[in-house]
Amino acid sequence: MEFFERFAIPHPSPAIYASMVVIALTVIAIIAGLTYFKKWGYLWREWLTTVDHKRLGLMYIISAILMLFRGGVDAIMMRAQLATPDSKLLDAQHYNEIFTTHGVVMIMFMAMPFIFGFMNYIVPLQIGARDVAFPRLNAISFWLFFMGAMLFNISFVIGGSPDAGWTSYFPLAGTEFSESVGTNYYMIALQISGLGSLMTGINMITTILKMRAPGMTLMKMPMFTWSTLVANLIIVTVFPVLTVALAMGTMDRLFATNFFTSSNGGMDMLWANLFWVWGHPEVYILILPAFGLYSEIISTFSSKNLYGYTSMVASMVIISVLSCLVWAHHFFTMGQGAASNSFFSITTMAIAVPTGVKIFNWLFTMWKGKIRFTVPMLYSIGFIPLFTIGGVTGVMLAMSAADYQYHNTMFLVAHFHNTIIPGVVFAMLAGLTYYWPKMFGFMLNERIGKWTFWALSIGFVLAFFPMYITGLDGQARRMYTYSESTGFGPLNMLSFIGAGIMAIGFVLIVYNIYYSIRYAPRNIGSDPWDARTLEWATHTPVPEYNFAITPAVNSVEPFWDAKKKKHVLFPEPLKKIHMPNNSGMPFILSAIFFVWGFSFVFAIWPLVIIATLGIFACLASRSFENDHGRYISLEEVEETEEKLGGAKK
Amino acid sequence: MKELFPAKQVMGFVFSLILTAIALLVYFLDLSFTAGLTILVVTAFVQALLQLVVFMHAGETKDKWAIYGNVYFMILIAMITIFGTLFLFVWDM
Repeated sequence: MEFFERFAIPHPSPAIYASMVVIALTVIAIIAGLTYFKKWGYLWREWLTTVDHKRLGLMYIISAILMLFRGGVDAIMMRAQLATPDSKLLDAQHYNEIFTTHGVVMIMFMAMPFIFGFMNYIVPLQIGARDVAFPRLNAISFWLFFMGAMLFNISFVIGGSPDAGWTSYFPLAGTEFSESVGTNYYMIALQISGLGSLMTGINMITTILKMRAPGMTLMKMPMFTWSTLVANLIIVTVFPVLTVALAMGTMDRLFATNFFTSSNGGMDMLWANLFWVWGHPEVYILILPAFGLYSEIISTFSSKNLYGYTSMVASMVIISVLSCLVWAHHFFTMGQGAASNSFFSITTMAIAVPTGVKIFNWLFTMWKGKIRFTVPMLYSIGFIPLFTIGGVTGVMLAMSAADYQYHNTMFLVAHFHNTIIPGVVFAMLAGLTYYWPKMFGFMLNERIGKWTFWALSIGFVLAFFPMYITGLDGQARRMYTYSESTGFGPLNMLSFIGAGIMAIGFVLIVYNIYYSIRYAPRNIGSDPWDARTLEWATHTPVPEYNFAITPAVNSVEPFWDAKKKKHVLFPEPLKKIHMPNNSGMPFILSAIFFVWGFSFVFAIWPLVIIATLGIFACLASRSFENDHGRYISLEEVEETEEKLGGAKK
Repeated sequence: MKELFPAKQVMGFVFSLILTAIALLVYFLDLSFTAGLTILVVTAFVQALLQLVVFMHAGETKDKWAIYGNVYFMILIAMITIFGTLFLFVWDM
């Protein structure tokens, strides 16, 4: 029994026992359901082994939505705990665990896969390619992310959740102060999913640089593709730093090295330093693709081309460079001198300039446009003022002298939620609504969608704006309770109400999906929004080869030109099509990675060695495999095109 | 026969052994910390470049600008990180 004691939860509560039961029942229900409906074969053939960028994209998005709800429950629990002074709803330890998992889940396992989902689904369609450059690597990326996310999520029922904050600062995250395996989960799960992110970065850069349709020069790429390229360049630049930092942190925790200890020559501040060398560019990895989505949506629903294309591209490139030069603004108060603080202050404030350029470009795109107030457009219009407030408070935080007042207060919490929710979450929901008809062949209900938008916007303002005030009044971040005499009570209650309204908004999204599956009309064609770029030029549902004929590109908006200016999009005849084969290896490899990670977390070394050998066996088997893909015959292409309503002209 | 003999690779191999031996000297000689670390850093970087050029065949194909571009980019990022960190924790602490 001694062996199994390590898997026990150090701080159990009825809620955790209840979730154990729920998780067990869900797993049993899924297995029973798959067996009863005889879907195991279907699941394996069509999804687990797929290398199709569209299916991988969908799986990313579905995982992201599930994680959104997981992180959302953490958020509601936090707001409920803080709603009243001296609340006894959660104890300090549980509060520590939920704010840690809320942060990690929302950034790493919600926002990242959401943008990866859109990149996967949209980019090959936007550049007229048949798949990404390395389809099987793409599958490995997804499954590594998925296994990392699952490993992180089982922490709260096996062994205990991490509790040192999503930034996991040492020495708090060291073994001296975080004895449970929780922080091991953090280190290993992020390591595994981070490997996946790095591979996606390489894959997307290669895809965009090498596989664009003929005629599409770099400066004729759609804005979302540009934002993807820049974001993935940042990924390749900074994820290695996270990899190294996590490896050093893991060694500190498991092998008693002294990288981040406060004795024996270690330097705990180095963790914060390395974490933010990755961490600050990371927020631009999230926001740039969101900007790309907004650009597509605002241009489509203003019925105009995007204003200031060149300056949009230039500002993204400048943001990507500056994003790597600002990391110290996360720890202005750590004790370095005025010279370095001033340097990082100035670089941080400089980022507001290219971002401002983008804001004005969106406004000018709408200027004198024929605006259609659809749900994606509502999110985009709501984003502009809300995000600008987040940006302005960001410049306030960037002033290092003033930051001594704001540092580690709820003001900061309000600021980054104010950029991430209208910036990233709204963009993801706008993108989901916008691309939903391309993905599933029907539209989401507009009326419910508008209700959702208003619930989320009003809920957001109520939930986060009070934090600016309590933060300036001195309410510290991550404090699990406060006394009544502080006077934080009423505003925190308002925050809780706002969070509740946001929760209603997220439930409405689920209801909208259910409602639209049942009632939405299916005969909407392949271009329901009257859009402008290539992804709308192919059939809905998208055939596995995307485009039967490689499109010819003449401008930034080839599809619009084909509709309005008689541009011939598909000049060539049909040919047989070369496609990659499915493979079970990515799933198997990642499953072994899961076992590897799990045994690493609990330091079960024999299993670690076996799993490591398994990983190398998978890599070696790839070297001996001879897989040249397959051809879809001309007859089959013709048949598919006929069924989907004739080859596109 | 001359064109069949991989002179470049053999020379590279010998040179990389020499570099390894120099690095190993740090362990056996009684050097100061600074001197030892300088030797290690210099030999490590030369070794890495040697491997890249001689044994990983960088520069032998048409896309050599991409390979060297990546290397320069990588060095730039490493420099930013290292000098930024030194700036924060050593020169301005």
